[in-house]
Amino acid sequence: MSVLAANKPAYDGQTLDLTGKSGLRAFKNTLATVLIVLAFVVALIPLLWILITVISKGYHLLFTADWWSQSQRGVTVRRVGGGAYHAIMGTLIMSLITAVIAVPIAVLGAVYLVEYGKGTKTARAVSFMIDILTGVPSIVAALFIYAVWITVFGFNRVGFAVSLSLVLLMLPVVLRSTEEMLKLVPDELREASYALGVPKWKTILKVVVPTAFGGIITGVMLGLARVMGETAPLLILVGYSKNINLNPFDGFMGALPTMINQDRTELALQPAADRVWAAALTLILLVLALNLLARLIARFSTIKSK
Amino acid sequence: MSSPDGTAPPDRPTGEAQEESQIEDLVVGEPDGPTPHFDDLAGEHAAATAHPEPKQTGPKLELGPVGHLGDRLFAGLARGSGGLVVAIVAFVGIFLLALAIPALAKDQSSFLFSRVWQPGGDKPQFGIAALFYTTVVSSIIAMLIAVPIAVGVALFITYYAPKRLASPVAHAVDLLAAVPSIIYGLWGILFFAPILRPVIDGIAAVLGWIPLFEKPTGDDVGVVFTASVVLAIMILPVVTAISREIFQQTPITHREGALALGATRWEMIRMAVLPYGRSGVVSASMLGLGRALGETVAVLIILSVPNGNDPWNSSIFAGGETFASKIANNAAEFDSPEKTGAYIAAGLVLFVVTFLVNSAARIIVASSAPGAKRPRRNRRAGASTATEGASA
Repeated sequence: MSVLAANKPAYDGQTLDLTGKSGLRAFKNTLATVLIVLAFVVALIPLLWILITVISKGYHLLFTADWWSQSQRGVTVRRVGGGAYHAIMGTLIMSLITAVIAVPIAVLGAVYLVEYGKGTKTARAVSFMIDILTGVPSIVAALFIYAVWITVFGFNRVGFAVSLSLVLLMLPVVLRSTEEMLKLVPDELREASYALGVPKWKTILKVVVPTAFGGIITGVMLGLARVMGETAPLLILVGYSKNINLNPFDGFMGALPTMINQDRTELALQPAADRVWAAALTLILLVLALNLLARLIARFSTIKSK
Repeated sequence: MSSPDGTAPPDRPTGEAQEESQIEDLVVGEPDGPTPHFDDLAGEHAAATAHPEPKQTGPKLELGPVGHLGDRLFAGLARGSGGLVVAIVAFVGIFLLALAIPALAKDQSSFLFSRVWQPGGDKPQFGIAALFYTTVVSSIIAMLIAVPIAVGVALFITYYAPKRLASPVAHAVDLLAAVPSIIYGLWGILFFAPILRPVIDGIAAVLGWIPLFEKPTGDDVGVVFTASVVLAIMILPVVTAISREIFQQTPITHREGALALGATRWEMIRMAVLPYGRSGVVSASMLGLGRALGETVAVLIILSVPNGNDPWNSSIFAGGETFASKIANNAAEFDSPEKTGAYIAAGLVLFVVTFLVNSAARIIVASSAPGAKRPRRNRRAGASTATEGASA
């Protein structure tokens, strides 16, 4: 106020012309607009560039039946043939195990934050730790599981160990999005349920969680999309196998990221390069499909709260 | 234990709820018919109806939280899951530390200040100075590149793009986060690095007299700078998403006030939106920095590992190794506990660094979030609980 009052005399007369903008100000405004639009264009270039590169180099193998049904067993970098069945199955199996472990913990953790611990010191500590867990690099998560699984317990490098480390990465994603959704559930629903004499745990399971279900699924999809593309845990915790191995507790396992990694030094050879890009495209399609699905579900299942 | 009885609404004060619970128990307990509960609860109900009188007065108040078995189980599970998250983070630190200590004890050189990395053998020597340098420098450059662009994109989405365009644009930027990092790495080294070559040459020609920008001989494109630019692209969606959210929360009164005073759109943004969102952008940048510090595979693919005989080069136009890429690159070397311990020690440092950066980001959000000081608080989610923590 004081600033306005002090400036008031200066505004009299000269600058009361509200329509005009001085040339410099108009120029700055235009410059800012141009820069901001430019920033947006610059941000989209890599996305389009990557998508176009991967699609154009990888699409033709995806239209062969072998790609979806064969493994790389006995196929060398110089030979055409084989498929990505082993890697796709490996990625799916490991992600699925991750989800089976992470989702219940994440949903229960979110229930704790929203329904039980709201406003308490413990809940704030938990919330802070979730933020920290979100920021834990995948390589650190992998090293941790390596320390526990292999160094301390003396187990072998297997697919399940990868799943365990992916749990650390998926957990915070699902937990946060579930928490968001639970917060959106109107209190009236809970109170109505309590008024009918339904115990709290049943209220949560039968009223709160079903209301937020769409949002929880969205979180799960996004979490899956995040862990599917992770490579670092695969490098440390399981070896790459060209054969089909569907047992996460025994032996090495193929996965799409490690399939790409395997042949990335042989890109000069056409058969290897084709497979690398086709595997990259398959991986991107998987992850993008999960992302789009998550957004679709989110769009059609928003909680209508006033 | 906020609500002693499961049937009590969650937000009621404890004392009141205890009294209430007795009444509710009477009401709920008497008729056996309408209770839609499960078999395992039947026993409890029977007990409650059988001895209503003594249960009310005597032990119940002292027992504190008495509820349905299902309630106690479920509350326990939920609390356990919350506790598990805390335990996991603690265990990550503890396990890494426990396995790093024996290796560190045998380390013949200064762990923090040595640039040598020769774990294993009789006299293991390893230090993290070079790894730390490359990690931090590459991530900071990535942050410096990403933040202005991310702020621009966030402003575009919130205040420039036509309404109909804004949401698809936001999704497109989010899709950048969906591209797996190994694909960034491949694309970065094969397609992006060659076009960065002239940029590198240009910077080196002008600023080459500074050691940081000195260009070594050779045409290697797998340099720290290339990795930084790719990292910048990778952290762009994170920084954009958070900035966008903060900018959107600028009070409409601030914005319209500025416009009503005759401000241009840019002036409105500079005077109302940017000051309001500054702390949010700072914390978003820190989160982006945290991401960049820990990124593994893209950096692993892009950075060329310096030959062991070459002298160490501090230039960003030379190759190098970050914590993450060093660990991932040498996963095959995890054969003896000493060697593994050295890499785990490096991982521990990375964990501590990211922990500090992420905590700083959260604390900035909590202490100076728009919602913390200004009357209008629409902050969502995690920040809101953290905010309460700071103000309490």
